[in-house]
Amino acid sequence: MKSYFSELFTGAWSLILGLKVTIKALVSPIVTVQYPREKIVVTPNYRGHIDLIKFADTGAHKCISCGSCMRECPSDCIVVEGEKREGVKGKVLTIFTLDFTKCSLCGACVEVCPTKALDYSNEYELAGSTREQFHFDLLKRVEERE
Amino acid sequence: METFYSILPELIRIVVCAVCGAVIVFGNALVMGYAERKLAGHIMLRPGPMEVGPHGIYQLVIDGLKLMGKQLVVPAKADPLLFRFAPLLAFAPVFVPLLVLPFSEKIQGFDLDIGLLVILALASINLLAILIGGWASNNKYSLFGVFRAVSQNVAYEIPMLLSLLAVVFMTNSFSLKAVVAAQSPVWFIVIQPLAFLIYLVSIVAETNRAPFDLPEAESELTAGFHTEYSGMSFSLFVLAEYANMFIVSSVATVFFLGGSSGIPLPYFEYSGIIWFMLKVYSLMFFLVWIRWTYPRTRFDQLMNFCWKYLIPFALVNLLITVVMVKLL
Amino acid sequence: MSMDVKALEDDRHHRYVLNMGPQHPSTHGVLRVLLELEGEYAMNLLPVLGYGHRCHEKIAEFKPAKSFMPNTARMDYLGALIYNHGFAQLLEKAAGIEVPERVEYIRVITSELNRIQSHLLWYGAYLLDLGAFTPIMYSFDDREHILDILEDVTGSRLTYCYFRVGGVSKDIDEKFVTGTRAFIKRLRSRFPMYEDLVNGNIILQKRLIDVGELTPHICARYGITGPLLRGTGVAYDMRRAEPYSIYSKFDFEIPTGTKGDCMASFMVRFHEMEQSLRIIEQALDGLPEGPIMAAKVPKKLKIPAGDYNSSVEAPRGELSYYLVSDGSDVPYRLKVRTPSYSNLSVIPEMCQGMLLSDVVSAMGALDLVIPEIDR
Repeated sequence: MKSYFSELFTGAWSLILGLKVTIKALVSPIVTVQYPREKIVVTPNYRGHIDLIKFADTGAHKCISCGSCMRECPSDCIVVEGEKREGVKGKVLTIFTLDFTKCSLCGACVEVCPTKALDYSNEYELAGSTREQFHFDLLKRVEERE
Repeated sequence: METFYSILPELIRIVVCAVCGAVIVFGNALVMGYAERKLAGHIMLRPGPMEVGPHGIYQLVIDGLKLMGKQLVVPAKADPLLFRFAPLLAFAPVFVPLLVLPFSEKIQGFDLDIGLLVILALASINLLAILIGGWASNNKYSLFGVFRAVSQNVAYEIPMLLSLLAVVFMTNSFSLKAVVAAQSPVWFIVIQPLAFLIYLVSIVAETNRAPFDLPEAESELTAGFHTEYSGMSFSLFVLAEYANMFIVSSVATVFFLGGSSGIPLPYFEYSGIIWFMLKVYSLMFFLVWIRWTYPRTRFDQLMNFCWKYLIPFALVNLLITVVMVKLL
Repeated sequence: MSMDVKALEDDRHHRYVLNMGPQHPSTHGVLRVLLELEGEYAMNLLPVLGYGHRCHEKIAEFKPAKSFMPNTARMDYLGALIYNHGFAQLLEKAAGIEVPERVEYIRVITSELNRIQSHLLWYGAYLLDLGAFTPIMYSFDDREHILDILEDVTGSRLTYCYFRVGGVSKDIDEKFVTGTRAFIKRLRSRFPMYEDLVNGNIILQKRLIDVGELTPHICARYGITGPLLRGTGVAYDMRRAEPYSIYSKFDFEIPTGTKGDCMASFMVRFHEMEQSLRIIEQALDGLPEGPIMAAKVPKKLKIPAGDYNSSVEAPRGELSYYLVSDGSDVPYRLKVRTPSYSNLSVIPEMCQGMLLSDVVSAMGALDLVIPEIDR
């Protein structure tokens, strides 16, 4: 009999405590961001898809077409091809494509590159309607970037 | 022609009441739908609807238009007549209780001597509509929702009635106007706080709102009895739910909070409606508030709570009321 | 195993089969449970697995062992760093690589942050199953702070591939340390709010207490580990029982329950968050300087022939990796023993004769993550 009433009162009090929490939240400022009207600044360390870096001193990328990234990639999404041109020391990069539909953003390619030519981009607003939109041509991207 | 002119005022009254009833039902759904989503949003530390109109004011209007434009999908094996009939049955009885509510001293549809009985009787038809809808859907999940809805609604009507009966014993009348008039010096919530609390809990269960929303438990039953309904049929159920909330809150206002009484305003016989609406909407705010705070009860615990806690307390309260009325 | 469900004969013909299908709001992930219901009581439950099978263990047999690291995160997306940790530890044990001390500290700090994040998500999602719509928003708000801290150092928010064989890929900086300390303070101030809103709530207590009682004996039969086992009173935590990394240096308690019901494992997980905060604090205080990568890690990691095992304490229980190598850098066989697989197997016994709402409560208390069951 006693537990009947004590449970009733402790139960009712716990319910009132819960109401206090929610009413306090009702008058608190909101914590969400109205995307896409307002955007959050993404940290520069965010791992977007990889891009060839355009170095300021040479104005070009530093890829030597060694193919290490292609071999290290666990998902086989990089295709690197270079050719030997006369008068130029080492290979010249001709094809560098990334199939982003398979990439798992593990970072093996970035870490293994001997010339540190690759880095993550910051792109997170990637939406497309076909699979081909995610086959990035990184050579074209680095040449078109300022 | 003579008889037509003699009954013309009544005809006009009926038409005006019907139109006002429709305005109240749809206006209430608009306001409550928006208020619920905004309040839910801010309780969850987010802004709620913001896109359509400034701060999302037109959200419900666009929602209504969208729902009207949707295809009414009828499952192949569902009962064709009953499936289409259930939302109408849920929505239609909502208009009649609005006719007997005293919004202010002069604004009332019809002052029936048995006003309370009309309201309680028609509030139960909603349950029949849920039953028909869930059964006609030919869906095991809907059936589940309906099992629970039937037991829950039938059980919680008893404390609702018993708590209101305590007030009726004090005023000796079922007419809502008389109940409002009897609260002139002091509101009945002061004299009958226990009845008010019991009534408040019962209306949460009657309108199938959380924490008693087992019939439409989203996470267990994927939408319960209205799983198979889409478009306008679904929105009729929702409109009926909001209108039911309005009606039971109005009954609480009339019986416990003094109806339209309050600080006198000019033309108080007509402007009392402002106080009435304030009280009704603060009760509805309370209903929305508790929806977003508490988890769902388990079904047998819900029934236990009704039978072992609410009904004994309601009966004791009724007994004490009767004794006090006899003595005083 | 045949997939069609025949009509129930003999004395079970008055029951009906309800399919809590692969798409359901409260089976977290693609889990299908065939329920035989008698009215509202679940008489027989049959989990049907395999809807999320992605052949991770087979994939491991085709690639060099250290390329498997991103896959470990996909197996349990909520405890990704801890899965990374187990795998990195496995390969370091196999190849005989010694990691610097700073790496161990970083690994412990980030793993414990991951554990808190997993428990916060479980907390919110469990309450969403039970019908409370707001605590998930509050717990996700707290979780966002962890995700921001970890995003700054690892680059990802959910499926981390941060640990490497022999170290970690990026060093932590002052911003990480101050951010983590601020977060610890913030979460500690939020616990009273959770106690008020959720833990003490009479409705929640009525739904969780005495539901789905487990005993240590049942747990031993099914191989249940983690907070479920600790809820029955057995203080078995891999971080204490078989200490790995530097957990033996830290002073933390192992919360246990007594009754083994849903409430016990609920409170165990809730208190574990506080204990993880303690570990992080002690680790931050004792963080040494040093390199973040072991001295000599070969590029082609050849694993000597033999079998190797590594166990860690995942948020859901004991996670073990078992590697059989034939001497090359591609494993012969990698077996992952995930905790949710064993935890799931108890539901026919635990949920026998329960109401449907209780089945939902019990399954939520098991804290299942289906991708790690199906792998």
